[in-house]
Amino acid sequence: MEDCLAKKLEITVSEAEKRTGRNAMNIQETYTAYLIETRAVESQSEGQCAPVDSLWRRYSEFELLRNYLSVTYPHIVVPPLPEKRADFVWHKLSADNMDPDFVERRRIGLENFLLRVASHPVLCQDKIFYSFLTQEGGWKEMVNETGFQLKADSRLKALNATFRVKNPDKRFTELKHYSDELQSVISHLLRVRARVADRLYGVYKVHGNYGRVFSEWSAIEKEMGDGLQSAGHHMDVYAASIDDILEEEEHYADQLKEYLFYAEALRAVCRKHELMQYDLEMAAQDLTSKKQQCEELATGTVRTFSLKGMTSKLFGQETPEQREAKLKILEEQIQEGEEQLKSKNLEGRDFVKNAWADIERFKEQKNHDLKEALISYAVMQISMCKKGIQVWTNAKECFSKM
Amino acid sequence: AASAPKPLPSSGPKSLREMPHPLATSSSEEMGPALTPSPDLLLPRSIADKDLSLPNGTPVDTSSPASSSSLLNRLQLDDDLDVETRDLFVTVDDPKKHVCTMETYITYRVTTKTTRAEFDLPEYSVRRRYQDFDWLRNKLEESQPTHLIPPLPEKFVVKGVVDRFSEEFVETRRKALDKFLKRITDHPVLSFNEHFNVFLTAKDLNAYKKQGMALLSKVGESVKYVTGGYKLRSRPLEFAAIGDYLDTFSLKLGTIDRIAQRIIKEQLEYLVELREYGPVYSTWGGLELELSEPLEGVSACIGNCCTALEELSEDMTEEFLPVLREYILYAESMKNVLKKRDQVQAEYEAKLEAVALKKEDRPKVPTDVEKCQDRVECFNADLKADMERWQNNKRQDFRQLLMGMADKNIQYYEKVCVT
Repeated sequence: MEDCLAKKLEITVSEAEKRTGRNAMNIQETYTAYLIETRAVESQSEGQCAPVDSLWRRYSEFELLRNYLSVTYPHIVVPPLPEKRADFVWHKLSADNMDPDFVERRRIGLENFLLRVASHPVLCQDKIFYSFLTQEGGWKEMVNETGFQLKADSRLKALNATFRVKNPDKRFTELKHYSDELQSVISHLLRVRARVADRLYGVYKVHGNYGRVFSEWSAIEKEMGDGLQSAGHHMDVYAASIDDILEEEEHYADQLKEYLFYAEALRAVCRKHELMQYDLEMAAQDLTSKKQQCEELATGTVRTFSLKGMTSKLFGQETPEQREAKLKILEEQIQEGEEQLKSKNLEGRDFVKNAWADIERFKEQKNHDLKEALISYAVMQISMCKKGIQVWTNAKECFSKM
Repeated sequence: AASAPKPLPSSGPKSLREMPHPLATSSSEEMGPALTPSPDLLLPRSIADKDLSLPNGTPVDTSSPASSSSLLNRLQLDDDLDVETRDLFVTVDDPKKHVCTMETYITYRVTTKTTRAEFDLPEYSVRRRYQDFDWLRNKLEESQPTHLIPPLPEKFVVKGVVDRFSEEFVETRRKALDKFLKRITDHPVLSFNEHFNVFLTAKDLNAYKKQGMALLSKVGESVKYVTGGYKLRSRPLEFAAIGDYLDTFSLKLGTIDRIAQRIIKEQLEYLVELREYGPVYSTWGGLELELSEPLEGVSACIGNCCTALEELSEDMTEEFLPVLREYILYAESMKNVLKKRDQVQAEYEAKLEAVALKKEDRPKVPTDVEKCQDRVECFNADLKADMERWQNNKRQDFRQLLMGMADKNIQYYEKVCVT
């Protein structure tokens, strides 16, 4: 396995800052800039601290980078960016892009994105990516100069357009189906989880009211007073604990979200294959019809009905010279067509091979990551319960002293 | 009454000492003939203290202020009482549904075990319905107006909202009725009340009830406590303090009741969401290969959490809330007793004033006023004594209750942890 950039370079997105500036349309706007810091790993092992390089980037530049990578490496499942707008929020979370919690989670997401790209065997070698991390000025121009926008297939953007593909690779069809289902199930999960979080928040917070009432009640009691008062305190602790618990859970939600967006990337690769296959089949079809035309012209027989045939019947046949000329053109076209078909075929096969390799890599990564995410979720739940047990045990002790 | 209770004259079964097999009988069928108390017994034992009676004429059990000090002594003893030294045990269980042409109702079995001389037999088992408990409580209030009578569970239930015959409702009621009788049993004065005795022992309670009514109309006593129209100028500090305490107490309990209900409601809503949450993991598991096992696992866990949460909510509803409500009712009835006390004191003060105004030359203070004074002091003493034990018991009860609540929550979390 080639050495990934991630092993040579330490990458962090360490800070986020609010900025104001003028955008392309010369309108004043507020945006958040993120500080990317890089440091060479090798020199650290020698006991020296390598200097830290840093530069600021905003979200739109990350987007540009990702678009570039998706177009340039269509057979790769390109890591996704954190969400553009806050989605799947439950009532306590803000949907505001400027909200500090949202910015913080986005910062983590962007760092994660860079690390994923840096540890991908193919993507990490890209020069544009490297410049993104190290070259502050002129990077945008550099990207645009690659002309990648021209390579972009606008058809890919029409996500739901169907192409009648006769012989797609079955694996890709299944995979596309899988990615659709995965997207659907994870979104459903995230939605319900947000509602669950909301409700749980309610349960915990209402217990805080106990704290208040117990305190008031203890004021009129003699022997029961102390016990009630301290129990009330524990109820307050219980109510307050939910904030931390749910913050941790957001991290789990973010991990799921990453794979929700990854599913989209997966789907894009399948679509690319579909398109390539479609183009291939169209080209083959075109070649066949041209060959047929050639044959007809050469033998003079009209096998299939054509307008040409009709007009020639009505208005007389072409001159032999005209026919010769036509034949020549057709033969050239056929030659071209056959070469194109060959290269398309080759392209297609290469694509399938490379894409499938990356897909396998992706599958392994996904299984590993999600398993870890589920385990840490379970650990979170257990710790939440243990806290609950502790609080109620303390409360019970207070009650027993009443 | 602090004075030694006289044994009930009986025509039927022999007294305790003469019984061949004291504890042999257990089932209700083997009980001796029903005790039909003779008319004598309907009048409380204070026949010797005839001059002491409350405005409506109902005789009072306590004979003199001196009785209250022995009452306090008894209280001290009560505190040290172990279960073994108790001589009266009452239980309510075995609810049964009865269907008649006119109505359907539930009866409960009331079992008594005792070594007291007031009871002819060591064991009794009778069937009673809510009406009977209600009757008993009214009788106790009438005959012991200076004491705090424990509350009964609510009489009326809104039909259609609560199912009167559902298991949960019947069980909750049974527990409350059991608590009611146990509290009376523990009370040094109330437990010797003969209405209570009859309630525990009579085969045909209705007959006794009718007799009681007949006698009452004979003597011309009104059931309701006559408000003499006396206004109290000021409550003595200690009783005012009790009044204030009760007010705040009811308020706080009311708030706690509302909070608990709100929590249960929130928990149920949480449960609804959880129930949708679990299966989604399952669906996902269906899509995956390697991940299917862990995903199914999560789904199953969530399912278990749902069950545990359901149990918690049920327990809170069935055990925690009813006790809270009971205490609120208790506080209410206690406040009424305080008001009655105020009445008695007001009457006393008014009469005292009247005498002072008359400026008659009398060698001694009229017995009228004396009586009032005694009454007031009795009332006060009884009330104080009762308050003390009530506070004690309440403390115990709440201790148990809140500990129970904590326990339930702990159990819930433990269950969740295990999954």
